[in-house]
Amino acid sequence: MSDIFRRDPRAEWIARNRLHPQHVPQEPLILRGPTGLLRKNPHKIGFIGPNGIKRIDRTGASHANQQGRRAAKQVEVELPLHQVDNPDFTILVAVDAVGGRLSSHDRDTLGLAHTLANKGDEKGAVVAVFFDDITEENLATAGIDSLIHFDDKRYKSYNPEQRCADLCELVTVLRPKHILLPDSINGGADLGRRLAATMHIRPACSVWKVTGDHLICRGGAGKTDITRPLSKLLLVMEECSEPVSDTRHQNMPLSVDINAQCQLKIQDLGNISVDPNEINLAEAGFILSGGNGIVDWPKFHLAAKALGATEGASRVAVDDGFMPRERQVGATGTWVTAKVYIAVGISGAIQHMQGIAQCDKVVAINSDDSCDMVKRADLSAIGDSSEILDELLNLIQDNKGLTEQEKTEAKYA
Amino acid sequence: MHKDNSKNASKNIKISVLVSVGEHPLSARPCRAEQDARALELGLMLAPENLQIVYAGTTSDSAATAVLKEYMGMGIDQVEVLDVPPKTDVTLPLLEKLKQDCPDVVLTGMRAENGESSGMLPYLLSEQLKMAMVPAISNILSIDKTAGFAEVLQALPRGQRRKVKVNLPFIASVDMAAAAPRQSAYGSAMRGHLKIDPVTQTMHDADQEQWQISPAQARPKRLKIVKAKTAADRFKAATAKVQGGSGKVIYDNKESAEAILKLLKDEKIL
Repeated sequence: MSDIFRRDPRAEWIARNRLHPQHVPQEPLILRGPTGLLRKNPHKIGFIGPNGIKRIDRTGASHANQQGRRAAKQVEVELPLHQVDNPDFTILVAVDAVGGRLSSHDRDTLGLAHTLANKGDEKGAVVAVFFDDITEENLATAGIDSLIHFDDKRYKSYNPEQRCADLCELVTVLRPKHILLPDSINGGADLGRRLAATMHIRPACSVWKVTGDHLICRGGAGKTDITRPLSKLLLVMEECSEPVSDTRHQNMPLSVDINAQCQLKIQDLGNISVDPNEINLAEAGFILSGGNGIVDWPKFHLAAKALGATEGASRVAVDDGFMPRERQVGATGTWVTAKVYIAVGISGAIQHMQGIAQCDKVVAINSDDSCDMVKRADLSAIGDSSEILDELLNLIQDNKGLTEQEKTEAKYA
Repeated sequence: MHKDNSKNASKNIKISVLVSVGEHPLSARPCRAEQDARALELGLMLAPENLQIVYAGTTSDSAATAVLKEYMGMGIDQVEVLDVPPKTDVTLPLLEKLKQDCPDVVLTGMRAENGESSGMLPYLLSEQLKMAMVPAISNILSIDKTAGFAEVLQALPRGQRRKVKVNLPFIASVDMAAAAPRQSAYGSAMRGHLKIDPVTQTMHDADQEQWQISPAQARPKRLKIVKAKTAADRFKAATAKVQGGSGKVIYDNKESAEAILKLLKDEKIL
């Protein structure tokens, strides 16, 4: 509930009216003293007003205020627990959970599963499958009734064949009514199609709407809509349904004994390091962007290299010829989606702010603390940009030295 | 611009590229499918002399043949055509064809630009042929036929790349991150010819007859749903502006550098 004070005119009126049966005197002004005489303490009367002057309020309004404030404060409401004790059927959802966290795409998928489970008279349970570790904190509100966790070392790397074999066996054990996967580049699209091929089911791919017993999916690489009957395996797009938000769910760990054996033909050799400037600006995760405030461009490039950041630029920097046109961030350039965006010497024109609207964390390095970029930024460093970059470079070098020292110490220890 | 990959692949590698008729995103005219053209480009870089291009579909309309000529304009002598009538599943004829030819590597796009475009074809083929399937590759680093494996680069989100070792033979779908296809040359396109194979086994797609296909409608934008219980909360949600200036402002150079470094470490970037 909110902290907003609400006036209670009736309580105020009662407080003012000393003849009202519910009237309670503000405080006992008259006390029996140590000698037995009734004494009135004149210092206790009234309160100190906002100007530091003592005020005596004989209307009783301040007393009523306090009562009203107490009434407004309430404890945070806990969402009702959604329980499915003896489910008539199950709906299996294999979430992506990149880094153990549920993405919004995962939550939408679970939301659709929840609506499918509670559609008719029969009650279904949503069973979510997690591979790898779970680090998600708000798991209770995601809409998972029971949870299956494949926690093994081999799921830490890319092993789609093993995951597919596990899911296949899980489907034969649980016999779910529907199987839902996010149609995402983070693995869901691949896993879902593998599953469909091994189980010989025709999947509905790129589903974006489910109405009754029909669904609408995108066909022709997104140019057509196909309305078709609801299928068993659905690969759903983002925003296919609202995520669960009204209920808490049990997340009951379901123990199923599954050890699927399959011939692994693909072996993960790990990610390779990519030159950050080769990455397309629109999908780069970490951008160091320079603008009009930069005097020392070689230092900017050095900092980008040391941090491992993709370089971006504002329109002014591009117009002045310091950066190529394809590096421009903003309405006329690229709309970026970086997790961290560091703006060096960019004051923040509205066109630039539009371009960085989807960034998670924005860091501003600027000499002017009243500019728009500082207002938008989560962290602002005010000062000369080249000096701050210098400090940053020194710190990175120290850090690198430290880690190398630790490594050598560990070697000789 | 293109790196010469042919020396990384050992000799006698047989590569099949499955191509389809695409649609230009703006003019909607038939043209090379973007990902299929990239797959062909990758095949041309790896084994230009031992390349087989397969197209399964109808050749009755002139548009399809024009598009196949566009593919041949990339420097190919012939395209093998499996003449499958429209609204018929192409998986079975392709399966027969690949069983006969036994290629080491099959390259194709992620999904077709027409029809259902579910992206299931490479998975179905890999399941039937018992081949490995590697999705969304950007490059093939090396193919070692004697050892029986290849090293492949996979395209991941945020421009990252994963190196994967895969047993031969395998099927791979090529991502848009792969090298852009070369231009189509008119002379080469005219010199190439189509080798049309008759198809014996076909499967009519009965499911599709129940479907209603319409031009894609714009998806509704998700609105911010306010689940306020009181009038005051609703009022606040309707009028409150996003609080700006919640960020930390630091005036000292050294402190700010430390704060930035800490933020980068918290976000797991350094």
